[in-house]
Amino acid sequence: MSIEAVAAVRPADRAGRPMDAFRSNKLAALGLLLLASIMALAALAPLISWHDPAIQDVVHKLGRPSLSHIFGTDEFGRDIWARTIFGARVSLMIGFASTALAVLIGSCIGILAGWYGGRLDTFVMQVMDVLLAFPSLILGMIVVAMLGPSVSNIVLAIALTSIPPFARIARAPTIAIKSRDFVDACRSFGFSTPRILLGHVLPNIVAEILVMAALWLANAIRTEASLAFVGLGLKPPIATWGGMIREGFDNILDNPWLALVPGTAVLVVIFALNLLGDGLRDAVDPRLKDAT
Amino acid sequence: MLVYLIRRTGLALITGLAVLTLVFCVVRILPGKPSHVILGDFASQAAIDALDKRIGLDRPIPVQYLDFMGKAVTGNWGVSMVTDRPVIAEILSVLPWTLELTLAALLIGVATGIPLGVLAALKRNRAADNVIRVVSLVGLSFPAFVSAVLLLLIFAIELGWTPVISAKTGSFKAWAQSLALPAINLGLINAAYITRVTRSAMLEVLHADYIRTARAKGVPWYAVVWRHALGNAMLPIVTVIGLFLGILIGNSVLTEIVFNRPGLGKLIVGALSQRDYTMLQGLMVIYTLLVVAVNVLTDLVYGLVDPRVEIR
Repeated sequence: MSIEAVAAVRPADRAGRPMDAFRSNKLAALGLLLLASIMALAALAPLISWHDPAIQDVVHKLGRPSLSHIFGTDEFGRDIWARTIFGARVSLMIGFASTALAVLIGSCIGILAGWYGGRLDTFVMQVMDVLLAFPSLILGMIVVAMLGPSVSNIVLAIALTSIPPFARIARAPTIAIKSRDFVDACRSFGFSTPRILLGHVLPNIVAEILVMAALWLANAIRTEASLAFVGLGLKPPIATWGGMIREGFDNILDNPWLALVPGTAVLVVIFALNLLGDGLRDAVDPRLKDAT
Repeated sequence: MLVYLIRRTGLALITGLAVLTLVFCVVRILPGKPSHVILGDFASQAAIDALDKRIGLDRPIPVQYLDFMGKAVTGNWGVSMVTDRPVIAEILSVLPWTLELTLAALLIGVATGIPLGVLAALKRNRAADNVIRVVSLVGLSFPAFVSAVLLLLIFAIELGWTPVISAKTGSFKAWAQSLALPAINLGLINAAYITRVTRSAMLEVLHADYIRTARAKGVPWYAVVWRHALGNAMLPIVTVIGLFLGILIGNSVLTEIVFNRPGLGKLIVGALSQRDYTMLQGLMVIYTLLVVAVNVLTDLVYGLVDPRVEIR
């Protein structure tokens, strides 16, 4: 292509791009801001709420919003606002822990499968596909029911259902990278396989994995809330959003706030993470800009 | 087409067996024995052993595996440990409710998601596109039980348009009323996913050369969009709809609970809380069958959507 042709093509090609980038970054920034606010609320929960989330006050049960209880009280007279911000701690902690575990295990599986290839790769990825085919919430419910609803078991169950996507996303670029010249160069220097994988392959795929992690964090938080809603969350009196919505649902005719406040909280967190994930994906890989 | 069908069905059966194997493994590998969970922490060793014997957990793992697979395939899923009725009868009695709900939701999802996705792609980066993108992102951020509670609160409790408790009592009106809210709840979440994938698939094809050729030939714009472009965008859309089935099934469980609708969802939550081990196994088999059936259906739709598939 001549320089003129390039010059003629470029502007049309780029039309709208800066605007696009600006808009998607704006949305991603909004997502980050929302997430940061909720994390701050969760971190500062004991300072922000002037009620203990577990203290019961049966005289004031199912209270409507008031100056003392800004979102009212639940069936045991516990402050809904306090329980919601303390519930954020549980949701975020389980979400982050399970996603981190899934990223760790999934990426290792994907990188090793992609690196070694052959039968191992075929077998491992088939197992992943099968795991992916089974409805993840059902699998999570079964695992938690079998193991019992403790923090570590819930983290394990959610991580188990989120491993396949990370294995897939780590495998594809590993296969592409292993035939590149710099990997051959590493080999010729006599670098060990772990050193090549950790020092030279991983840095090249970490961005894609992190984008995926943001989107799956949203999923993990939704799964935790769903498990708690069906009664497979942390046991009371610990406040969880899913559990609060369930209790609120039982008393919805008396006080809709019970379900609406934690419901909004979980929606806002997931929405923020989706915004952030979308924006990050656009930033990392412009090719995928319009992919879901 | 026939050869294609037979081969796809064969593959689906293998997938089905693999999923069953996975289910078996997950249940056995996990620490914590079912008998222990069923009988509680204070059960005597003798009681645990007796229950192990009754549900066959005292046998070697390979024997248990063959037994499980054999029974799964032949439909002999045992008797519910709680109701003492055959598991398969319990499941079949509520299956139509779940299928009806899922199909209605799929219909709503396709009927709203595809037009919205096409519209967004055509109006790329303009106001309509931005609104559709943000709304669909909100839609897929909704946990199904939160949106269900919201719908119930607004339409059943505040407005009184539908009964709070679904009752399918004979008349068409009662049936439609009981199905409406759950189906809308699941359908709108579905629509959010379908809108996004339709938009991106349409954006891919709208820039293709044959679209420009068609326009240059003077094919009317609506025909270019709906026949030429959407026709070719359908393949990824169908793939994604098939993949979302797992999410749809999970969401249907939550929806059934909120609307107190009979179905697989209520059955599995009941089985989990009552430790109905045989019922759980049966449910896992039926979920596997559903997944496999959808895989085959997705392939069939491929054949309908893309004539090239026949040749392969």
